[in-house]
Amino acid sequence: MGGLAAGPVERTEHDYALWEKRVDALMVLLHHKDRRLLTVDELRRHIESLGPEAYDKMSYYERWIHAITETLLERGVISVDELGRKIETIRAREAQRG
Amino acid sequence: MADALPPRFRPGDRVRVREAYPIGHVRTPYYVRGKQGVIERLCGAFPNPEERAYARPGEPLQPLYRVRFLQHDVWSDYGGQSVDVVEVEIYQHWLETAQ
Repeated sequence: MGGLAAGPVERTEHDYALWEKRVDALMVLLHHKDRRLLTVDELRRHIESLGPEAYDKMSYYERWIHAITETLLERGVISVDELGRKIETIRAREAQRG
Repeated sequence: MADALPPRFRPGDRVRVREAYPIGHVRTPYYVRGKQGVIERLCGAFPNPEERAYARPGEPLQPLYRVRFLQHDVWSDYGGQSVDVVEVEIYQHWLETAQ
């Protein structure tokens, strides 16, 4: 974050998890001119309004999915209830898989 | 193409960046707020990102300038040469004529 020591730059390529690639794809599809369901500036606003502790704790794509979710809720593309139910369904599915 | 606001500054004009701290998504870096610099060039006109951050069109388009600051004017403890500069792209509504 602005003004803080950034530390060394990691120069190695790292693999992305499947969910991270999906978040990336989701952003591209929502931003696409045929949909325009999100602006990059909205994403930035949501990421910049994270508290410093949350910002540090979250990974890069965790911040993205947080910002995408906030944007879609604000715009009414998805509802809070819909999101909550979906998360419950996925939790149950993952618990079953062990 | 959306309407653009007419440019108020020309290359060489001395400007001061507004010292303001609005909420939301603002592209003007904290470290140049309240500092004086010189217009280096007009970069074009673009939707206002502060409005785009709230899903509004951000029109009329805001002129965007590249502004050149002396490093010594930006950082009080700058240890480099007196000719060193930093250039930052800043939207017109953040700039006022320097006295």
